[in-house]
Amino acid sequence: MTANGGEDWGRLMAAAQSGDSAAYARLLREILPYVRAIVRRHHAAPDRLEDVLQDVLLTIHRVRNTYDPSRPFTAWLGAIAHRRSVDAIRRKVRIDAVEKFSPIAYETYADPAANKGVAAHEDSAVLTSAIATLPAGQRQAVELLRLKELSLAEASAESGKSIGSLKVNLHRAIHALQKTIRSKADE
Amino acid sequence: MDITEDLIERLAQGLQPVKRLRPPVLRASLWLGVIALLAGSFILGFSHLGVFTRRAGDPKLALELTGTLITGILATVAAFELSLPDRPLKWALLPIPSLALWIGSSGYSCWRQWVAHGPDGWQLGESADCFLWIVGFGAPLGVSLFMALRKSHPIDPGPVAAMAGLGVASLAAFLLQFFHPFDVTFIDLGIHLAAIATVIVLARAAARPGLNAAP
Repeated sequence: MTANGGEDWGRLMAAAQSGDSAAYARLLREILPYVRAIVRRHHAAPDRLEDVLQDVLLTIHRVRNTYDPSRPFTAWLGAIAHRRSVDAIRRKVRIDAVEKFSPIAYETYADPAANKGVAAHEDSAVLTSAIATLPAGQRQAVELLRLKELSLAEASAESGKSIGSLKVNLHRAIHALQKTIRSKADE
Repeated sequence: MDITEDLIERLAQGLQPVKRLRPPVLRASLWLGVIALLAGSFILGFSHLGVFTRRAGDPKLALELTGTLITGILATVAAFELSLPDRPLKWALLPIPSLALWIGSSGYSCWRQWVAHGPDGWQLGESADCFLWIVGFGAPLGVSLFMALRKSHPIDPGPVAAMAGLGVASLAAFLLQFFHPFDVTFIDLGIHLAAIATVIVLARAAARPGLNAAP
């Protein structure tokens, strides 16, 4: 924390609300240790901790209009960091409850036609066609990050796109896919 | 460059000025003011004011009405407060005393009705449509309140939606009294409470997308 702690950060955030990007970058860098300490209470694994930390930064960016400079900044920041950490735990529990490890799931057939048959049987043809209809940027993000399971850094290197842009495209693609699959299921 | 540092640079580079939200009590007052104007016009245009004024002279009903209206107002204020990240969850307790006053006074009226009319006091009154009324008015009010709350992108949308649901359902129940020229029985009261619970459940179900909260 800086010498004046939250008071300085409050001033930097007020400047950021007015569009001062230098103040914003400084603020985000300065709060990292503080946020990391809160997130670490809930998430010990280093890669997970960094994921949640980035999620907290994105949330701060999204809700920065809600900060009132007449109120303590650290209370505002701490509440966001705590809430996103808890949400990450809930997400993990939800995912773990429906995703099971099955070695057979990784088996496939040499003949592409046979794979197609299996895919159709498992309704993944719907997903395949839904992915094909996505805009190029979103499709690429899904292919690299979900199908090829590359890390953000690897996907960025392969596509030449920034990590931020890949994240946004993946987020939008997943939204679009959920919508398409839901509407197909309703038919 | 590490990913977090890269993210910070990107967020700072694309930074746009934002309009700071006004204080939550002010935002709640503006929303309530607009709804009061619309509801006032509706009441003047369509209700039986004479019947209502006669009934409102009964202190028990006046108490019930006050409890209903205050619950609607305070739950709305609580929703605006809770939509901000740094507000504690205890804001959700704000409408509890008025809710207790409302349910208590209604329950007392029902009990008197039961004592006065015997088994008839348990029967379904003429208010079977009240459920549809509360849900029917609560839903559009809820949509409009959600639109006002979306600007906060609540980080914990569940309690915000529940308070919003309680607020709009209470306001709908208050409006109902202008078109409800009879005392309630226990079953009617149960129907009113079930309608309010339905609006709260619907609001909670729509919380995350409806309030534009982070996934």
